[in-house]
Amino acid sequence: MTRLLLTGNAAAAWGARLAGAEYFPVFPITPQTEIIETLGRWIDHGEMDGRMVILDSEHSMITAAGAGAAAGVRTFTATSSQGLLYGMEMLYTVAGWRVPLVLVNVSRGLSAPITLEPDHNDILAARDSGCLILHAATCQETVDAVLLATRIAEDRRVRLPVIVNLDGFYLSFTREPVTLPEASLVSRFLPDIDPANYSFRADKPVSEAVAVLGGGPYSYFRYETHLAALAAQAVFDEAAGAFADIFGRTYGALQKYLSDDADIVFVQMGSFATKAQDAVDRLREAGVRAGLVRPFLVRPWPADALRQALKNKKAVIVIDQNLSMGMGGVLHSEVACALYGHNDIPDVLMSAIGGLGGRDIVYAEYAALAEEAMHAFASGTTPPPRLLYTENELREMRKLQAIAAVEGLEDKEDAS
Amino acid sequence: MTAEKPESRFERLKDLPSAHLLGAGTAMCAGCGGLEAVKEVYDVLGKKTVFVNAAGCMTLTAIYPFTPFQGSWLYTSMASAPAGAQGVRDALDILKANGRISDDEDLDVVVLTGDGAAYGMGLSATSGAIERDLDFLYLCYDNEGYGNTGQQTSGATPLGARTSTNTLGFTGKKKNLFDIWAAHDPAYVATAIGSEPLDLARKVEKAAGLTGPRLILALAPCPTGWDYDPRETVAIGHLAVKTGIWPLKEYVDGKVTHTRIPHPRVPVEKYLKLQGRFRHLFEPERNEAVLAKIQSRVDAYWAEVENGPQ
Repeated sequence: MTRLLLTGNAAAAWGARLAGAEYFPVFPITPQTEIIETLGRWIDHGEMDGRMVILDSEHSMITAAGAGAAAGVRTFTATSSQGLLYGMEMLYTVAGWRVPLVLVNVSRGLSAPITLEPDHNDILAARDSGCLILHAATCQETVDAVLLATRIAEDRRVRLPVIVNLDGFYLSFTREPVTLPEASLVSRFLPDIDPANYSFRADKPVSEAVAVLGGGPYSYFRYETHLAALAAQAVFDEAAGAFADIFGRTYGALQKYLSDDADIVFVQMGSFATKAQDAVDRLREAGVRAGLVRPFLVRPWPADALRQALKNKKAVIVIDQNLSMGMGGVLHSEVACALYGHNDIPDVLMSAIGGLGGRDIVYAEYAALAEEAMHAFASGTTPPPRLLYTENELREMRKLQAIAAVEGLEDKEDAS
Repeated sequence: MTAEKPESRFERLKDLPSAHLLGAGTAMCAGCGGLEAVKEVYDVLGKKTVFVNAAGCMTLTAIYPFTPFQGSWLYTSMASAPAGAQGVRDALDILKANGRISDDEDLDVVVLTGDGAAYGMGLSATSGAIERDLDFLYLCYDNEGYGNTGQQTSGATPLGARTSTNTLGFTGKKKNLFDIWAAHDPAYVATAIGSEPLDLARKVEKAAGLTGPRLILALAPCPTGWDYDPRETVAIGHLAVKTGIWPLKEYVDGKVTHTRIPHPRVPVEKYLKLQGRFRHLFEPERNEAVLAKIQSRVDAYWAEVENGPQ
């Protein structure tokens, strides 16, 4: 058993290396670049086999990845944020090609304003693409998720690209102890690439991704992709079971923390959910029965598991590290969608937006939300969605604006 | 001492393949100069090919569950066909290198796009593929506009041409894709046209024998986009060459060679007059300024070819 201190990015690279990925079409972008630099260094120094090619853009990168995967090689790539959106056309396209590949997205807030730190609007923009999504919260989960993703993507019942998401900076650049899966055990977990996945051979001509005319054939193929994505739920469970047997680490579609006997449950995704986990501990010390449910599998959306996990709770607080302008939190609506119309659902479903562009979410905010949730349960009235922001932050912002205004005046005076 | 002329299978017209690989009954327009070129290219390349296609007219050749191609096909997007070619080529090379497929199972990778992708949206992906020395052939059928959507102005639209977005005639200049490619110093760049099948076949044959990035840029007279009777496609193609407005040439080893020097050159008006897209230059009254500009650019081009840079 090898135990190393690794960043989230290095863990992602190790995942690809252990998974036996052999083709790496790539393009650099902060905060993902360390992943491809690590892989490139290993390939250059003969530490692993593989072919890396630098494309001119993420759009080209995802095209090459899809084409390579279609031709039957195990393909891995990585991007972030603007890059994911630049390649968005091709994410939808390669999902429609029904090709297995693994893409790590290192989350980063979207422009404008341009920034480097994380939130989840980038990955959630891909939620309808047909790509499956796993969202890691720790470095260990990152390396394991890449192995799980490779197996799920290549399963004949699925054959879809899988995106493994991790948060920029807070996870990508944070070193944590990671137990690397033994290569000999990985070969038990991951079979060789399925020969049925091969296309483009001289003796077996094939036309891939041809046009269709009319809604009938189009709907047929779109439904097929949806059904494959739904089938991936069972394939995930199987893969996670095999993973637990072989490596001794257990992954559920939902990673739950003290949620079984909780009155109040936070639902939060990604590395910031570890802040929620800490808040749960402190709330419990203060006598509040709090818990956490963290979606690890995001596509397919584990609606059944969510209903089970949130059954009969007094209150559920969804903390979205994303914002759908004019609507609110994306996960909040997805949780509501999983619950509505079913029996034994939580009395209160609250929404809070936090962590945009890496903004911290502090314990006081979790505690305030929990207190509000208890009031809501008692009064039977759900409070409006909260945009987490403190008076102090607003004061600092006003200060910056005042400086900007003064500087602007001085510039004008200089010019005159 | 004379250099030994490379042998070609195609000495005379009767040497051209008599059996054709491309199936009939595609959704292309009658008289399509693009399909004419694709058909001729395919006969020379053969079916051990995978066509990697970008959004354009030819995307509609393969409609589920039918295809006129006997080899393979992959539709990508408008901007990224060369990147798709990269993925397929790399994958086949990886599979060959570790013995998972034999050399016999290998395919030649052919990018197939119109001018919209080749001159515009796909240029970044193309430039990247050339700089990486990707082993692929790029076939562009250039009908000088976004033909599949009704002939809007593209990066290949020439001066004076009326398009559905420049209804009074395009005032800019056709981009020089041949030189853009040549500036990358790739293995091969050639212009061609379906109405000169022998010249085209020789160029495709030569390109097929080389490795690295290779371009066949075929002018594609377009009855619907250029507004002429479909039966005129070949005649217009001949005039494109005879007027010198579409020079037939190739770039190999850093040198540009013209494979046909029209002499004497027919005035460009003969070519323009056959096409509705230029009719506004002649009626209700002649636009002498634009006509003179088109002719003088052609004259200047050939003066430089014949006498060197002026």
